[in-house]
Amino acid sequence: MALDFSNTTVKAWRRENGRVGVRNHVLILPVDDISNAACEAVANNVKGTLVIPHAYGRLQFGEDLELHFRTIIGTGANPNVAAVVVIGIEPEWTKVIVDGIAKTGKPVTGFSIEQKGDFETIRQAGWKAKEYVHWASELQKEDCPISDLWISTKCGESDTTTGLSSCPTVGNMYDKLLPQGIYGCFGETSEITGAEHICEKRAANPEAAKKFKEIWQAYSDDVIFAHQTDDLSDSQPTKGNILGGLTTIEEKALGNLEKIGRTSTYIDAMGPAETPSKGPGLYFMDSSSAAAECVTLMAAGGYVIHTFPTGQGNVVGNPIVPVIKISGNPRTLRTMSEHIDVDVTGVLTREMTIDQAGDALIEMIVRTANGRMTAAEALGHREFSMTKLYRSA
Amino acid sequence: MRNIPQLLVHDHADNVGVVVVEDLKAGTEMLCVVTSDNSDFRLTAKADIPIGHKVALKALKAGDTVIKYHEDIGKMVGDADVGGHVHTHNCKTKRW
Repeated sequence: MALDFSNTTVKAWRRENGRVGVRNHVLILPVDDISNAACEAVANNVKGTLVIPHAYGRLQFGEDLELHFRTIIGTGANPNVAAVVVIGIEPEWTKVIVDGIAKTGKPVTGFSIEQKGDFETIRQAGWKAKEYVHWASELQKEDCPISDLWISTKCGESDTTTGLSSCPTVGNMYDKLLPQGIYGCFGETSEITGAEHICEKRAANPEAAKKFKEIWQAYSDDVIFAHQTDDLSDSQPTKGNILGGLTTIEEKALGNLEKIGRTSTYIDAMGPAETPSKGPGLYFMDSSSAAAECVTLMAAGGYVIHTFPTGQGNVVGNPIVPVIKISGNPRTLRTMSEHIDVDVTGVLTREMTIDQAGDALIEMIVRTANGRMTAAEALGHREFSMTKLYRSA
Repeated sequence: MRNIPQLLVHDHADNVGVVVVEDLKAGTEMLCVVTSDNSDFRLTAKADIPIGHKVALKALKAGDTVIKYHEDIGKMVGDADVGGHVHTHNCKTKRW
């Protein structure tokens, strides 16, 4: 008999803006690459903080700069983050980030390095970081309905077993939890190629279908065909996909789309790192199919838990969002089980139904929200990779 | 001990299935299960086929459309016997 999740609750932090977070990070967040060193020094001096160094943030412009700002602001604004210290080289862009994060109501303070130097910046930012750690560490969890969770998905190192087991497991979870009122998110624009006609039909309304098709077509025209070699086969499917038995992009895409289940439909298609704006439901996000980039974008969109089906064994994590790994490949469970949170090999041996696998994933989502560290968290996987649209000035 | 399938097939319309056990040897009479309705049949593997890789459920010739998930996933660019291995050596997308 199907389990009833309508009364399921998790113990989590309710933030100033009403959103629910399942982690309680104090972030030390660089605006740009050259502020990484100061941020790392602050995080070294003040325990209980988390620094997210990254590679970009200077001389970007236009849509690419907007995406950079949106990603950094979205990361700081994510409900898994309690408070943020922002450090940038100069005050103006630092203020853009601080003001963006401040809209959530959470504590955030910015510091800029010019005319001060690293030493003085680290000293000032360190005092603020310590204040935030004391404050955040006393915040209490409360009972929150499962419907308050925003849960994203993206698969990686896919093979034919993901389409048979771990992806439909995520789909089953969405079919059960979206009706409860959660926010969901899938993406991987390039990887929908081969199943774009099916994806288009899974829109809940004509506008969402049109937006999805425009995003997909723009990616195909502007990126794939503009930079085409012989075909997509050198990267889609990847060498790992091919080793795992996937032959064509169509086959990979059909397995990928199993993640949105049987009955779920998406209510909007949005740009990378955008925050959903149409209420509870499933969203498509224009995003890279590369694991770290995609999870980074969805985390910046506000998602607090990520579900990650893998076949051949992708090891990705994220600094602020717990990434729950699901695999049904018995070889992967035999050779690298330290990376897997939910074992659905029973689906392949026919000892577990997709319905049971979906329940097992939901149970793991609840445990993770309540505080269980994921395999990726325990192993220190904190990949933060920003998507860059074109060369800097 | 209950029987564990060696091959899973998504849909009755499919002409390929997926090996779901390690170290499958040529000559193995595989238990094959169609996941859409849990029906099963037997098929003999014609080669050692790695876990995750596809097996032809009927003789496929160059130019034939390969069906999986009840969908077109590409075309044969070589032949495969029933029970033979279907992968990048004999199957390719129709897109490029």
